[in-house]
Amino acid sequence: MPAKRFTVLDLIDIDLKEHNSLNLRCIGGRKGLNRVIAIPDINRPGLALSGFYDAFAHERIQIFGRGEVAYLKKLADEGKTETIVQMFSYPIPCCIFTYNQTPDRNFFEIAEAAQCPILQTDLPSSEFSSRLLRILSNIFAPQKSVHGVLVEVFGLGILILGDSGVGKSEAALELIERGHRLVADDVVEIRCMNGNILMGSGANKIIGHHMEIRGLGIINITHLFGVGAIRDKKQIQLVVVLEEWNSEKMYDRLGTQEQTMEILGVQVPKLEIPVKPGRNIPIIIETAAMNERLKKMGYYSAKEFNQNILKWIESDSARSVYFGQEDFI
Amino acid sequence: MVEQMVTIKNRAGIHARPAALLVQTASKFKSKIYIEKDSDRINGKSIMGIITLGAGYDTNLKLIADGEDEQEAIQALVHLFDSKFEED
Repeated sequence: MPAKRFTVLDLIDIDLKEHNSLNLRCIGGRKGLNRVIAIPDINRPGLALSGFYDAFAHERIQIFGRGEVAYLKKLADEGKTETIVQMFSYPIPCCIFTYNQTPDRNFFEIAEAAQCPILQTDLPSSEFSSRLLRILSNIFAPQKSVHGVLVEVFGLGILILGDSGVGKSEAALELIERGHRLVADDVVEIRCMNGNILMGSGANKIIGHHMEIRGLGIINITHLFGVGAIRDKKQIQLVVVLEEWNSEKMYDRLGTQEQTMEILGVQVPKLEIPVKPGRNIPIIIETAAMNERLKKMGYYSAKEFNQNILKWIESDSARSVYFGQEDFI
Repeated sequence: MVEQMVTIKNRAGIHARPAALLVQTASKFKSKIYIEKDSDRINGKSIMGIITLGAGYDTNLKLIADGEDEQEAIQALVHLFDSKFEED
């Protein structure tokens, strides 16, 4: 669920680019723009208009395509309005007309009286429906915000976590300097999409892509490093936890044990990297990113290394069997 | 763990300077410090986090401190809010 109430006005205001744009505008019932969209789904009200109101999904956004509008026209010609009045007696979040279609004046008056917003879009019904459902599922996706830095390193989304002052921002800054990209610093908003993809982004567009570096203050990454050094959102594919070197703790020396971290029900590979003066964290993170990509391609360095050792030991012992026989020489 | 509700009393709200002041104060303590606005919770030792809250005049915030010096931490932070961050 979204943290705040998602209203019809929010739907119109939502800033989407190119192939995601909904091209919505309000053509009536402005008083109802503060109505809340509670269910991320749509309904075609054909059956309702014909007078069948059993199981009418009134809490969903109602989409009027060519079929519905043609039926509305027929109703208007016959002078029937009862089913329309009945439809608006339900608390519908909003009605959306596709193909830039406009309902007749009667429909508007009933909608105004019920304070139900009427929106219009130039998109075809099927295209509009798929865009709207995609957007709604993003908005209604489970989300949480974490304290960390999200960077893209060699195409891999890495979430850097750790206590305040451990050097997350400094590590990220050097990664950016080395040509990688910043997604969000300090507050990373995470959404779980389709139940298995974690999408991370900055919490706020206005103050996004700024970093706080101790001793320098707040810096603007876009201005300093260029637009190539930033990204708006990125899937989180690896979590790196930075922590003060603890001599009591056992750190992974082989890399054959896989640790994961659960975020919103999704398991993400996790690395714990101890921080100590003289350890170059950005290069370790870079290497971790490349190693993770190799693993995804099917090359698992640590496991392959071990397999080669096993093979070598095996072949050596096999050879020694022959060497041990007296008649062999 | 201690919690305390506070209201922002300086006209400009929490902009960069008050945020820096809050972080500097919070960082003096060992306790973990969080600030909540509605359902958003951020780390009280992170300046960008506090600015992200976008807390304006008359906003209610919840301060949370958890650790050995939590009482002192909450007192110091509440004092900052009460003194309007030495503004106005």
